[in-house]
Formats: sequence, C-alpha cells, structure tokens
Amino acid sequence: MVTKRKAVALISGGLDSMLAVRMVQEQGIEVEGINFYTGFCVEGHTHAIRNHDKKKKKRNNALWVAEQLGIKLHIIDVIEEYKDIVINPKHGYGAHLNPCLDCKGFMVRKAEEWRITNNFDFIITGEVVGQRPMSQTAKRMPIVMRESGAGNRLVRPLCARKLEATLPELEGWLDRSKLGEISGRSRKEQIALTRQWGIKDYAQPAGGCCFLTNQQYAAKLQDLWTSRGTREYELDDIMLLKVGRHIRPNADFKLIVCRDDGENNFATGYKNRFISLYANSHEGPLALFDGQASTENLKLAARIVARYGKGKHASVVTVQVSEPRESEGQELNVTPLDTTEMPREWIL
Amino acid sequence: MAHYEYDLRGMICPMPVIRTQDRIAELLDGDALEVLCSDPGALHDIPAWCRIHGHSVTNAVHEPEGLIRIQVLVHKP
Ligand code: SF4
Repeated sequence: MVTKRKAVALISGGLDSMLAVRMVQEQGIEVEGINFYTGFCVEGHTHAIRNHDKKKKKRNNALWVAEQLGIKLHIIDVIEEYKDIVINPKHGYGAHLNPCLDCKGFMVRKAEEWRITNNFDFIITGEVVGQRPMSQTAKRMPIVMRESGAGNRLVRPLCARKLEATLPELEGWLDRSKLGEISGRSRKEQIALTRQWGIKDYAQPAGGCCFLTNQQYAAKLQDLWTSRGTREYELDDIMLLKVGRHIRPNADFKLIVCRDDGENNFATGYKNRFISLYANSHEGPLALFDGQASTENLKLAARIVARYGKGKHASVVTVQVSEPRESEGQELNVTPLDTTEMPREWIL
Repeated sequence: MAHYEYDLRGMICPMPVIRTQDRIAELLDGDALEVLCSDPGALHDIPAWCRIHGHSVTNAVHEPEGLIRIQVLVHKP
C-alpha cells in the first residue's frame, strides 16, 4: 500500500495559502492547517470592535478557508514568543515595523516543530516568489528554509517550479510538473486557478497579513515604545493601538478617544487600568488617559474629549474624570479645544 | 462523559477559539464543554472551529446582557 503523505500548511486566510493547499490536495496529499496568532493579526476581533465594520463579514478567514478546503485548522497562540521577533528582528524591518523575514522564519520554525511532533511529512506555504519585497525574493526564500530548520521539507507549491526541487518532489510525493510557477505581484494566475477550481469567494487582504505593515499602526507602536523608554509590550497594549484616535499633546501623556459605540464598549473594558474621561453634559466619546495625571494634563485631556463630543461648540462642557476602577470621580468644567489649538502632529 | 465549564469572558477573538481548542484537546469522547464568552465573534468562530474538527455544537446563545454560551459535545476517534 502506498503511504498517504501528510503536509501541514501555514494558513493566513488569504487566497494564496488557500490555492497552495488546493494544489497539493489535487495530488492526493492529506493536509492540515496551522495558523499563528501573534496579536498583530488583522484577522479576528478587530472586525468586531468598530461599528462601521458591521456590514463586513465577521468570519475568521483562516477558519473559513480551512472549512472550504475541508481541512483541520490548528490556531496557535504565539503572542509571547513573537515579542522577540518584533522587538529584535535580526533581518530588520520592512517599510514599517513589519519584521517579515524573521517572522516567516519564526512561523516556519514553529510549523516544523509541529510537523515533527505530529508526524507529518512536509510544510507548505502560499508564498509566491517576487511577491513581497522583503521576504519573498528568490534570494531570501532559502534563508527561511535554513533558519527555520525546515530545509527542503518546506514547499511553496504556487512557485515551486521557479525554485530548487524540494524533498517531496525528489521523493516523488509531489509531481513537480503539476506544481505552479507563479512569480511577481500580478494576481492573474491566481485568479485563473480560482476559476479552474470553482473558488468564488475568498479574502483579499490589502497589504500584509498583519498590522505591523500599516503605517499608522506602526507610528502608534513606535510612540508607545518611545514614550515608555522600552520596547516591551503586553497584548492589551497592542490591542488598544487598534482602537480610537491616539492623541499625544506632549511627552507626558496620550489620550485614546473612541470613534463610535463599538469602540466605546471595547474601551470600557479598560477603565480599570486607565483614567477614563467622558462628557457628562453632552453626548460624546469615552477616552482613556495614559500617562502622568497632573492637573494641567487632565484639564487638557478633558478639553480634547469635549472637542470630540456634541458639545464641541458649547462654551462649557462638564467632563467626568474617573480613576481606574472608580465609577465616580471628579468633574471638570472646560472649554472644548478649538481646532486651531490642536496641531496635526498631536494625532498619531 | 463529564460536563465542564470554561469561562473565557473578556477575551477577544481568536483567543476564545484558541482556549476552547486547547481545552478540548484534554477532553474525552462524549465529554461536554460549556464555554462562556463576551466577544460576539466567538458565536461564529467557535462553531466554525468545531465543524472542521468534527465536534458538535449543541447550543449557542447570545443572552441579552451580552453573555454568550456555547455548548460543545466532544467527538474523538
Ligand atoms: S506582514 Fe506581518 S505576519 Fe505577514 S510576514 Fe510580515 S510581519 Fe509576518
């Protein structure tokens, strides 16, 4: 009897990993998926936080893709281990704070550990040579094979014919002639494959698979590191960077002003960690205060909060300022900050 | 065939799915697990995870105060 070979696939939820799995399934390989949760992933909660995203499908795309492919998906929490990748990337960052090359090496290494523990034969990813400037150039792809320890058990089915033959190809587990030779950023060939396999619905990630490739997000993360004087972070810190307007009037404090009810609800969960502010006299957003709570700073924060509420044109707005865990607090009567008093640089 | 409860309130997706997955890994065929969550995304993600792993969701409710209860019947070979 011929042994059925098994592959573990890195599933991001995007189209490429979906097609890569499908391509090896076509060759009779049994596949299971693995998805790493770093805390920066675009998938998941973020859809749930903001109101305006309500119309969007709230599905977790990695799970959805797995279901479409009929494979099991294991979601792995790598939040702690991933910190070192973000804080000290050996190969540096891409356009923003995205350590793509180190990140790929890390994920493939974790997949290799999983492969060995679970007795699978090889690893597949949806990478396409020449698609991403940092991690997917022909020169850099071998780095991931080497540094992850996966070596030639790492197969990129979509562009396999553009690369050296891997172990599954040499052993005949995979027929190289039926693998892809896609390269570059054009999506033409991927779209042709969706037609060939009748795939009608798929996620189209804009940019990268995580927030670290997002310019505004990276600016907020950099500000967090600079203001704290350390690059250490907790999951809550990086979650909050996805919520609200982040306004830093000076080095001493930052204010997170929610933009809608969804964010207000989300931020309410953090009232036990931060001083919180909201207008009592007028409708308005909830804001979290992060920094040194001097009288002057709190007053300025209250004026900012007033500016974002319905009382922005009123002469006086009463703002409730509550210490962490306290529902009551002090009330400040302030004049909402005028637009001219708020320089653009304050908004991170 | 034991019945377990797991409180995952306050966690944001995909953490409730990950914790449910890791808890189910420790359970036996026929065990029942009731998960309590607060992120509405869990109502979608936990049943999806259960479907692809062959476990049954016997009940999934979103109570008025926002509490989400999902009951899973574990199936293992
Ligand atoms: S975009 Fe983010 S998740 Fe994707 S490889 Fe780069 S750092 Fe990793």
